[in-house]
Amino acid sequence: MTARALPVVPRRERTANAAALIACAAAVAVLAACSLAVGVGRLSLSDPAASWDLISQSRLPRTVALILAGAAMAICGVVMQMLTRNRFVEPSTAGTTESAAFGLLIATLVAPGLPIWAKMLFGTAAAVAGTALFISILRAVPMRNVLIVPLIGLMLGGIISSVTTFIAYQGNLSQGLGAWMSADLSGVVKGRYEMLWLLALVVIAVWIMADRFTVAGLGEDFTTNLGLNHRRVMTIGLSLVALATSVVVIIVGAIPFLGLIVPNIVALFIGDNIRRAIPWVAFLGSGIVLACDIVGRLVRYPYEVPLGVVMGIAGSLIFLILLLKRSTPVD
Amino acid sequence: MTDSRYETRSAEVEGPTDAGLGSSRALRLPSALRSLQALGPWARIGIAAALAVVLIGVFLTIDLGGAWQYILRRRSMTVLTMVLVGSAIGMATVGFQTITHNRILTPSVMGFDALFMMVVTVTIVMFGAARIQQAEDWTVFAIQAAVMMIVSTALYGWLLIGARRALHVLLLVGIILGVLLRSLISFIQRLLDPNEFQVLEDMSFASFNLTTVPALATAVVLLGIGIAVLLRLHRVLDVMALGRDLAVGLGIPYQRIQMLVLIAVTLLVSAATALAGPTTFFGLLVAHMAYATVASEKHRHTLPMAAVMSVIALVGGQLILERVLGFATALSVVVDFAGGLLFILLLIRKKGL
Amino acid sequence: MIICDGVTKRYGTTTVVDDVRLLIQTGGLTSIIGPNGAGKSTLLSMMARLLTMDGGRVSVDGLDVAATDSAVLARRLAILRQDNHLDIRLTVRDLVAFGRYPHSKGRPTIEDRVHVDRALDYMDMGHLADRFLDELSGGQRQRAFVAMTLAQDTEYILLDEPLNNLDMPHGVAMMSVLQRAAKELGKTVVVVIHDINFASAYSDRIIAMREGRVIEQGTPAEIVTPPVMQEVYGLTVDVVEHGGHPFALYFHASAVRPTDEAEAAPSGQETGRVR
Repeated sequence: MTARALPVVPRRERTANAAALIACAAAVAVLAACSLAVGVGRLSLSDPAASWDLISQSRLPRTVALILAGAAMAICGVVMQMLTRNRFVEPSTAGTTESAAFGLLIATLVAPGLPIWAKMLFGTAAAVAGTALFISILRAVPMRNVLIVPLIGLMLGGIISSVTTFIAYQGNLSQGLGAWMSADLSGVVKGRYEMLWLLALVVIAVWIMADRFTVAGLGEDFTTNLGLNHRRVMTIGLSLVALATSVVVIIVGAIPFLGLIVPNIVALFIGDNIRRAIPWVAFLGSGIVLACDIVGRLVRYPYEVPLGVVMGIAGSLIFLILLLKRSTPVD
Repeated sequence: MTDSRYETRSAEVEGPTDAGLGSSRALRLPSALRSLQALGPWARIGIAAALAVVLIGVFLTIDLGGAWQYILRRRSMTVLTMVLVGSAIGMATVGFQTITHNRILTPSVMGFDALFMMVVTVTIVMFGAARIQQAEDWTVFAIQAAVMMIVSTALYGWLLIGARRALHVLLLVGIILGVLLRSLISFIQRLLDPNEFQVLEDMSFASFNLTTVPALATAVVLLGIGIAVLLRLHRVLDVMALGRDLAVGLGIPYQRIQMLVLIAVTLLVSAATALAGPTTFFGLLVAHMAYATVASEKHRHTLPMAAVMSVIALVGGQLILERVLGFATALSVVVDFAGGLLFILLLIRKKGL
Repeated sequence: MIICDGVTKRYGTTTVVDDVRLLIQTGGLTSIIGPNGAGKSTLLSMMARLLTMDGGRVSVDGLDVAATDSAVLARRLAILRQDNHLDIRLTVRDLVAFGRYPHSKGRPTIEDRVHVDRALDYMDMGHLADRFLDELSGGQRQRAFVAMTLAQDTEYILLDEPLNNLDMPHGVAMMSVLQRAAKELGKTVVVVIHDINFASAYSDRIIAMREGRVIEQGTPAEIVTPPVMQEVYGLTVDVVEHGGHPFALYFHASAVRPTDEAEAAPSGQETGRVR
């Protein structure tokens, strides 16, 4: 493990890595092409104008949304895992997703006329607050086991969720809440997804700051010793995650466990060097989400199974496998 | 005066409870509280049961109005369901926590409810909604319960009994298993023909249609069997609570008892879920209410107390929410909130995790 | 008597107890000694059917431990492992009363009460009977658990490291009580013990183990000798006699053969399993 984290990588290994990465990118491109081709509306060469209309209005936005949301949520997982130094933390196991939905709900209730970006800011603020609460719980209580951390996060999410559900029920907003809490891309069309480009910025920012997040994860003393402001790095990291989560929740809906499974799978193959892992994580995140969405569109054609449902199955199944593999019986 | 009472109590074999605790704290407490503390488990259960009866009385008779006969009959049905479901979940949770040696795991947290809903969904898909609608409620339910027995004992026997896993792994596995099963259920629902999906929606899980008498009777029989098994085993369960090594050393057929209790718990949870839908944290909440109030570790006390506490929580909670606060059917949300808090508290406080 | 015939336990590829043949006579106090990882506790647990064997058989008074009804065995043999942690809150008397379960199945009779009181007095716990276990010191709690095994009223009492977490005076008191139980009550007491000198001072017989095998067995005078100590612990020690017991002076002894390998295998495997 430590050997892999050394900065100097032999040239041959580097080229092999680059080749594999290109292959991975190609796979994502193929999936994206499939995503453009699959759907109820028919693409035909004889009517190029109508076909282009279909693609530019619906298929392309959808595909772009999938790629961006998948990459961003997977990267969010990496950032949170670095900052908390725990393999099982991601937005949906830290109360972040639920907090974002809470913020969005409050914004919708208090000021229904707000433009969507203002609501998103509300959601982001709530997500920052919720995640900060989670981290302060972790700080206050010494955790004797890595798995306690996601357990507490899941429960915190559950508590926030129950408050949100209660308020939504009283305010007749249950339906909107349902859309936030489970990803569904059937409503993503031109004019309703552009904010997702923010996610690209988040991904780039994370890539630039990756090393700083790694250092911050090693603890406050360690960070200060290296001349970094621990609090600032933590705040930036959490804000990026909160922003991405909030954007995804409001436009696509929550994608459960993606941020958990992707970094873990990547770590299995290429180890723990974050900077090297980030492109892999982004590609794999996009790839998995694209694949799941395509499955959802095909399996009950011409009807659609929402991405949230397919990802719920794939994500929790892989999570379970990771868990059980990790913990062979005690006796 | 207090001292002499403690002496007589401690001379009884039956009086384990709070003698030590009482004598060390009694001096600081006001006398009313002191006498409450000195109450034995049965007196405490009696008081709780009386409270439950009063709550039920209020629930049945409040704001009856004109069509009182109809309303009373409907409310009686509701109360009956609440009592059945409550005692089933309360007792199942206590039994389950004893055989798994901790007070955080509950059948619901481990995904039992979700598994039963899964079984229900799959049977509907397999037999077709039309045929299910024609069939007698109770046969369908009996088949579902039977399938559930097999699946659950296989799955949880493997997870909980065959291999000894660390507690936090079990907890996380249970929770994620619940997510997986719920996702699978909604996946299967989407795969159905939209018409069939509608039928399934109509047979909403939140209040499964066991309104016919034979169906209710089937549930009652299953619940009766489950509760009878747990109550019959109460002395064995006391020894099981000491942990595996001590229990085996005292001659308990450990794995067999674990399996037996698991079967009883499955029966109880299946019947309760069929009657009232899934309840993630209800069991955790009422079991801890019972532990905190009964002042005994003996299952002949904790089991009935858990049942009584469940009834109090269900009927009382419903009364407060609907009549006092004026909210409509949000009890499960409140239970989730309080249960989640309790869960985090237990996780944080639990030593040795 | 307890007979072990070819008893073996493996974890993966590591053999923790290796083909142990052993005969423990009725009466008296027998100590099992050896370095960490020698398989002492594992052997004891298999004798008491807490662990399954991978090979061989154990019989207690002719009853095959693996085949006999556990409840029957519980009236003949009591076992106490180390580190008994309870999740539930019990008084000392409650705990000791559980020792009567094999006889009364949870319906205590007057005779059971007599046994409980006698066990409490024997362990000098009478005045603490109504205290909760979590209010007691480690030594008191340990005595409460031993009182429970005494209340079980069995011919055989097996104790795994009963001196664990006890300071010197409590250790001495514990061993004296066990010795008395063997002498006065005619029990057969088997203890796994770390300190060779405690074993020497109180045992009638000592069984020495290393790397899963029984190396030597005999009276303290036969076991606590420089050559046997050398063989068991890999330490060159002086042996002196005091009050009729041989004592090993192992401080400043020179380790000729490091015992690391004996430890390395099981502990390495343990970390492998924990992760």
